[in-house]
Amino acid sequence: MAEASDPGTRANAGGWPRWLRLPPVLGMVLALMAIWYVAVVPMNVKEVLTAAERAGVEVSPPSAVDRRDMGNWALVFRNTHALGNSWSSDRPKLPAPHQVLVELYDSTIDEELNGRRGIVRSGTLSNRSLVYHAMVTLNATFLGFLIGALLGVGLAVGIVHSRVMDMSVMPWAIVSQTIPIVALAPMIIVVLYSIGVQGLIPKAVISAYLSFFPVVVGMVKGLRSPDAMQMDLMRTYSAPTASVLTKLRLPSSIPYLFASLKIAIAASLVGAIVGELPVQKGGLGARMLAGSYYGQTAQIWAALLVAAALAALLVYAIAALERRTLRRMGMMP
Amino acid sequence: MLSDEELTNWPEAETATAAPVIRANHLDLTFQTNDGPVHALKDVSLDIAKGSFVSFIGPSGCGKTTFLRCIAALEHPTGGSLTVNGMTPDEARRARAYGYVFQAAGLYPWRTIGRNIALPLEIMGYSRAEQAERVARVLELVELSGFEKKFPWQLSGGMQQRASIARALAFDADILLMDEPFGALDEIVRDRLNEELLKLWDKTEKTIGFVTHSIPEAVYLSTHIVVMSPRPGRITDVIESPLPKERPLDIRDTPEFIEIAHRVREGLRAGYEE
Repeated sequence: MAEASDPGTRANAGGWPRWLRLPPVLGMVLALMAIWYVAVVPMNVKEVLTAAERAGVEVSPPSAVDRRDMGNWALVFRNTHALGNSWSSDRPKLPAPHQVLVELYDSTIDEELNGRRGIVRSGTLSNRSLVYHAMVTLNATFLGFLIGALLGVGLAVGIVHSRVMDMSVMPWAIVSQTIPIVALAPMIIVVLYSIGVQGLIPKAVISAYLSFFPVVVGMVKGLRSPDAMQMDLMRTYSAPTASVLTKLRLPSSIPYLFASLKIAIAASLVGAIVGELPVQKGGLGARMLAGSYYGQTAQIWAALLVAAALAALLVYAIAALERRTLRRMGMMP
Repeated sequence: MLSDEELTNWPEAETATAAPVIRANHLDLTFQTNDGPVHALKDVSLDIAKGSFVSFIGPSGCGKTTFLRCIAALEHPTGGSLTVNGMTPDEARRARAYGYVFQAAGLYPWRTIGRNIALPLEIMGYSRAEQAERVARVLELVELSGFEKKFPWQLSGGMQQRASIARALAFDADILLMDEPFGALDEIVRDRLNEELLKLWDKTEKTIGFVTHSIPEAVYLSTHIVVMSPRPGRITDVIESPLPKERPLDIRDTPEFIEIAHRVREGLRAGYEE
């Protein structure tokens, strides 16, 4: 007889109430914050001591040259009285978390609401705000992801159906992923620029370059996932190859596809950011590199945080799409 | 092995339309493996008359599944001849001569029961209306009416296997090939499905080829029991069942039934001792 399944118990992994899942997450965040705050002190100690010395505080050893060759922790322990500005220095090597958060607030909400070029006063996103740069990066990410996913699925279908493609494409796909993308990205940009392509497309190409691979690997596995019996069943119907693909192989591959897409969208974001590094025409990658040019570490960290949040959001969006699709297909209660 | 004389004595007189639908003549099948050739079938000759229910029984490796797969053109014999409805197995398959039921139901988890049964109909290009009509008809035949909109995971194993039989019946093939269809089910469910299969066979008048490991199942269901033995896979005995077409489950306690079962067991043992 039909077995009743209880979706309530399945959706809630491990049977824990939702609010009980919060403390471990919060605890982890707090622990990381604590480690971060502690790390800030030795990381910035030399600059902090120099500034304190200028302000008239006695530090040991008194010579900046001597201090340069000393270990950071040693300096920390010898000058515990002069470290008051560790968490508020202007150009920290490692900014404190609250400095990053302030920078994040300043370069998003504050810039857009109160800045001269912000959306409130000018009607367009400020090119100094991370919202604007995130949108630039997202554009390239989406286009690259789209190209990469389509290319990946197309190659996988070819590989599964043609022995020649299986033998010829797969090794190249693997080799392509062994080349460091930071080495390849500038070349892609230069080559495309020389044939008159610039702006969004080169970034999307780099993004697609990173994202097609997980889709190829996952889809080849997925398209080959029907077992011998299911393939035999199709043969007893004398089913043409196209029917086998659309009615058996593709539906079977959907769970594999979504697993691949989650990796691919995160890779797309990385690709877009890497593609923005050498160009400096907007985007989170450009912001990160600009931050490092001008010693604005808080700016780098703020851009990193936005990138991480975007990645989490994108992966979550794919996961939501996956749940919806599988539920509609009846493969998930 | 059967001599030609025995072949002509093959009892096919019950029905007037007794031209064999499946005819195997000195069939050989050798698989080339890394460990050398494996004789899956050796000199297998057999006629299956229209409307008969033929069971193939024997230990693993005796070639009973291989023989069924040859009829379905899923394997290709390396010697001898095999015709299905007077055609080669490949032609017969393209002419939609048979429906095949595997050991596992093999329903697609992303399709409802109704859409699973419609799968061969979609591939074969039936119209929407005809698909719906046929699905409803075969669902009633296997007593699954009302489950059309359910997904496979909502059904028990026995019900799933009934749905897979419905799928094999959907496109009106005259021959039903079944490869241990109830092998993975428990005995109580298996008994009920055996009973239902007999009713179905009676109603549809199909020719059924049925592979099984179970002696009682073979004796209960069949008009003819083909006993096979391994290494090389060959036929050691063909038993014609004297049991009536009407078979309640308790026929299994009658002396006739026990006698046939005994003969099957003897045949299996003889195959081993050779």
